[in-house]
Amino acid sequence: MSWAKHQILEKSSILMLVMILIVVAIGGLVEIAPLFWLSSTIEKVKGMRPYTPLELAGRDIYVREGCYVCHSQMIRSLKDEVERYGHYSLAAESMYDHPFQWGSKRTGPDLARLGGKYSDEWHRAHMIDPRAVVPESVMPGYPFLAERELGYDDIEDRLRVNAIVGVPYSEEMIAAARTDLELQAGVGTEGLEAFLAAYPKAQVRSFDGNPDRLSELDALIAYMQMLGTLVDFASFDAAGPNLR
Amino acid sequence: MAALLDRDEWRAFSDFLALGGAALCVILGLVLALAGEDPVIAFHGCVLLGAAALAFFFILTQIMEKKETHDATNYADGVVRAGVIATVFWGLAGFIVGDVIAWQLAFPVLNLDLPWTSFGRLRPVHTSAVIFAFGGNALLATSFYVVQRTCRTRLAGKWSPWFVFWGYQLFIVLAATGYVLGVTQSKEYAEPEWYVDLWLTVVWVVYFLVFVATLAKRKEPHIYVANWFYLAFIVTVAMLHIVNNLAVPLSLVGSKSYVIYSGVQDAMTQWWYGHNAVGFFLTAGFLGMMYYFVPKRAERPIYSYRLSVVHFWSLIFIYIWAGPHHLHYTALPDWAQTLGMTFSIILWMPSWGGMINGLMTLSGAWDKLRTDPVIRMLVVAVAFYGMSTFEGPLMSIKSVNSLSHYTDWTIGHVHSGALGWVAYISFGALYCLVPWLWHRKSLYSQRLVEWHFWISTLGIVLYITSMWVSGILQGLMWRAYDHLGFLEYSFVETVEAMHPFYVIRAIGGLLFVIGAFLMTYNLWRTARGDQPVDATDQPEVAAAPEFRPGQYTAPAE
Repeated sequence: MSWAKHQILEKSSILMLVMILIVVAIGGLVEIAPLFWLSSTIEKVKGMRPYTPLELAGRDIYVREGCYVCHSQMIRSLKDEVERYGHYSLAAESMYDHPFQWGSKRTGPDLARLGGKYSDEWHRAHMIDPRAVVPESVMPGYPFLAERELGYDDIEDRLRVNAIVGVPYSEEMIAAARTDLELQAGVGTEGLEAFLAAYPKAQVRSFDGNPDRLSELDALIAYMQMLGTLVDFASFDAAGPNLR
Repeated sequence: MAALLDRDEWRAFSDFLALGGAALCVILGLVLALAGEDPVIAFHGCVLLGAAALAFFFILTQIMEKKETHDATNYADGVVRAGVIATVFWGLAGFIVGDVIAWQLAFPVLNLDLPWTSFGRLRPVHTSAVIFAFGGNALLATSFYVVQRTCRTRLAGKWSPWFVFWGYQLFIVLAATGYVLGVTQSKEYAEPEWYVDLWLTVVWVVYFLVFVATLAKRKEPHIYVANWFYLAFIVTVAMLHIVNNLAVPLSLVGSKSYVIYSGVQDAMTQWWYGHNAVGFFLTAGFLGMMYYFVPKRAERPIYSYRLSVVHFWSLIFIYIWAGPHHLHYTALPDWAQTLGMTFSIILWMPSWGGMINGLMTLSGAWDKLRTDPVIRMLVVAVAFYGMSTFEGPLMSIKSVNSLSHYTDWTIGHVHSGALGWVAYISFGALYCLVPWLWHRKSLYSQRLVEWHFWISTLGIVLYITSMWVSGILQGLMWRAYDHLGFLEYSFVETVEAMHPFYVIRAIGGLLFVIGAFLMTYNLWRTARGDQPVDATDQPEVAAAPEFRPGQYTAPAE
């Protein structure tokens, strides 16, 4: 190869630009695009459903406070992680996550299977003052969450936009979003059966221990208590059709 | 094109465009301020309104007074000077926030339990401030400086370079205030919400146009190698930014949006973006800086032209593939993980190609390391670049990554690149640029540069070594089993073990901040024109090249 040929690029800003664009586009096309059509990318599982309106509101608080900065939600397929946190995370478990919350750093522990590990009461005490229950913790306290009313005026819009980007919320689910949110937090009982039919395994109660008020803490604990509880691992076969 | 309109008509057209753009932004800001559905977007509307109104009146007065801001007889250095000041300012801000959150990890009471001061909200402020505000302004300033000198032509555009500068500062303010107030889309290094992303896209497209138009009207037949890197940085960052941030907002006057990707596809897209924010923002752009300032300061030509050709194309081709190494052993399919690891290892070679080309440029001038602390800073930057681009491929190997991932080792690795490479090459460039731009014979004090160098080097060493120890220690503790086959440590025991290293890290960061303050003082005294305290000790450095439009003119394209 003659080195002089590189002058063709060096002497034309447009050719240089076009070449750069071609060269930098290839890697992303090869690595990202197939993930959208290879059916093996996301495992076939039983039990996954979209977030309930209350869980979604809690998830938005999780995002707002930057919890992903210190907590992962991705258990790697390594022996010690599976023993510490539970079954390794499946791609299916975050398929309704816009955006994903896998995280990149564990200053605190992984939260992918946090649901059901601690009581609501523990979570309340822990969010208000982490060192009251875990003296060595370096987590910030979030006392204001228990005192703030949950804002959910736009909960229908939140579901609707999630539906636009691919989460299977039906028109009925979107229309019922507000009442479903209140129902799950223990406000009223009318329509509870329909709610539980639409969102199997949804947990219904006042999560912050104060039934008179719907706080941000209600939503956040509802979200934390469902994390990793949906997939039915009794029927999951890693070696069968899910082999990747 | 030039024949369509004459010079005065072009000028009127560009004035009209600038004025119209500012008026449009005033209206946009007003709409957001009045109709904004949440307080943050309304506040951001007010900020936009204020900034656009100021810009409008400034442009208007300039036009009314018929001021010839477009001095065609010289390089456009005003915007470069502004970029230098912004680099120093945001650098200080970003380093201070970084050290504050380092202390928070050692002493959690410093979080104050307030929403606005918790680690979760301040960490994006730190990362965005150092990467985009400090690094971004350094790239903006140096790219505008370098492209003019190496093309021997004035920066294209009358208002547009200034729009790029002020528009970028506005982006930084919107992003950072948003994080503190809880507006984030939680994608690392891409946290700003949809409307801030859109604003950055507009600014970036204008930046791209200014840069390419300047290249196109150059008076040199060849495009200098530094500009290849700057161009690749600008183009690729545009591609990454747009693809990774595609989102659907809840409302056109609300801040919240949901990203269009989910789960595994979102993870892959995010780390394709995230790793190449490192590869193109923090590497390619700063290599452009290296390719100008190292040979200029050493007064030696680049070591190898062929090496620069080979390592440029291989670097930009291979970097793009490396993203999946952030997702080893996760739910990302194995084929993608393996591809990411393979290309990450290959990436070692083009990275070291750049390092060798930079270091060997000092051939025959190594003695300057002893006498000139500025070139020492530039060279140590390249050495750190070599070190962290060796460490990176090492950590991308799956078996190593199973230990290092999720731990402080990653944080240490990032900072050996960020403090050692990105910040040092920028400091070196700033020490070169300030005397050039403010027409001073030398820096105010070379001794202060020495102090800056040694204090911050000590800080970096404390930072990196403490994070190596804490990261590897925590990784080993997580996987430790006792003799009965149980996990030996609870998670919180591994947190407790981190404390001394977090203190050492925060002290290292503090030293780095102190060094940056010394630099700020030194540069300020230099720019002010104060009598240098040790001018005779300083190396004779050529002044910045003057604009010589008539000479050796060879219209290139």
